[in-house]
Amino acid sequence: MPAQVITVTSGKGGVGKTTAVANLAVALASNGSKVVCIDGDIGLRNLDVILGLENRIVYDIVDVIEGRCRLKQAMIRDKKLPELYLIPAAQTRDKNSVSPSDMNRLVKDLRNDYDFVLIDSPAGIERGFRNAIAAADRVLVITNPEVSAVRDADRVIGILEAEDKGPAALIINRLNPALVKKSDMLSADDVLDLLAVELIGIVPEDENVIISSNRGAPVAHDPKSKAGQAFRNIARRLKGEKVPFLDLDSSGSLWERLQRLAGRK
Amino acid sequence: MTGTNSLIQIKGLRDGLLVSLDDAPWDEQRIAFLAQVDAQPDFFKGARLALDVASQVLHVNELVDLRDQLSERGISLWAVISESPTTENTAQLLGLATRVSKPRPEESRQFSVRDLGDETALFLERTLRSGTRIEFPGHVVVFGDVNPGAEIVAEGNVIIWGRLRGMVHAGSKGNKNAVICALDLSPTQLRIAEEVAAALNPQENPKPEIARINENGKLQAEFWSPG
Repeated sequence: MPAQVITVTSGKGGVGKTTAVANLAVALASNGSKVVCIDGDIGLRNLDVILGLENRIVYDIVDVIEGRCRLKQAMIRDKKLPELYLIPAAQTRDKNSVSPSDMNRLVKDLRNDYDFVLIDSPAGIERGFRNAIAAADRVLVITNPEVSAVRDADRVIGILEAEDKGPAALIINRLNPALVKKSDMLSADDVLDLLAVELIGIVPEDENVIISSNRGAPVAHDPKSKAGQAFRNIARRLKGEKVPFLDLDSSGSLWERLQRLAGRK
Repeated sequence: MTGTNSLIQIKGLRDGLLVSLDDAPWDEQRIAFLAQVDAQPDFFKGARLALDVASQVLHVNELVDLRDQLSERGISLWAVISESPTTENTAQLLGLATRVSKPRPEESRQFSVRDLGDETALFLERTLRSGTRIEFPGHVVVFGDVNPGAEIVAEGNVIIWGRLRGMVHAGSKGNKNAVICALDLSPTQLRIAEEVAAALNPQENPKPEIARINENGKLQAEFWSPG
């Protein structure tokens, strides 16, 4: 079966695109899929750092496109997962070094040999974003429960609709159930109400994400982390499994939680 | 205009000229275009030119030739836009841009309707998302939501069968009798003719509302009551 090509994008910066790509890649690859992730943020590469592969980069995506190396030479194998590869972005070039048709050609060469190609998009809606979505079969839009991030996600979904990229699926990242409960944060329902697209995952706020990103070992490796669990669930949904959403509402006393479990509240 | 020239379209861009060719044989088009340039040397002199060559497959020598011929005439070629990856490659090799900024057709639409009667309306059966701008010289009816960041500018009335949370300007050419109705009227801003009203507070249980200019010349929204 040819690979599913999935782009993760957001419009706004800093909402967790790169973290999501790294974690989904790890979750898919530890589940037996062959995965290649491509860092589309040329000039501001990050994905290599989060995957902990920074010091192994010899060739990058622009080298492949400009013919200085073969595709295989630019693919860096993960430290832990033998079926996970990274094609890093170039740090010393800019977004104009790559065109949407370059991306199409590159991805075409990967399609037959892998199960998933994950593309990390840069923030914004300019050239880099256009490159990142050019080859996508499916686009995941990631947002935080914040008004500005949701506004940008809405804009991006509109562009994807105009480009006939099919219906986008939404990841809500860094949801804080305690704040939602106090009405100090948009709830998942508020976000969905505005964006009106399919929800593919809700990732709770979790300090382990930052800790593990800094260590170069994505949180999806950590069996105890809730955020890691959320990313593993999204990965399973990408494979077509039906997985119920996590119960994030772990606030309140033990008694209240037991009551909720018993369906009495 | 002669038959050959009609192959070539020239448009002004923000930062130069955009010349669009089609898929007819390259040499024929090149010669026709250069002839057109030579016919109006003053118009073209000093221009920054972007060339849209449709799906023509062009190699380095062809583009270099054209670039030289243009620069002899005082025209600088800075971008070549093409559907063909080969041509894009060629352009990149020569250090030319392969994209120019032009508004995406879907995101900003202006409709031109001639002989506009009173009863002309645009019906949109979709949700307008942030960044969408609809301009229409008549009425606009949206069957869907208008999200924050979307804009509708209409010379007539605007009716939203859904939630209005973006910006709507009705009676944009000064018609003070224009109205704006929505099932849930929670816009970021409303305008009718020259009147502007800022965000209304979102309602707990939205009811259909209609906004118009009242006797005092102020924008006012009231609940819709049938009959």
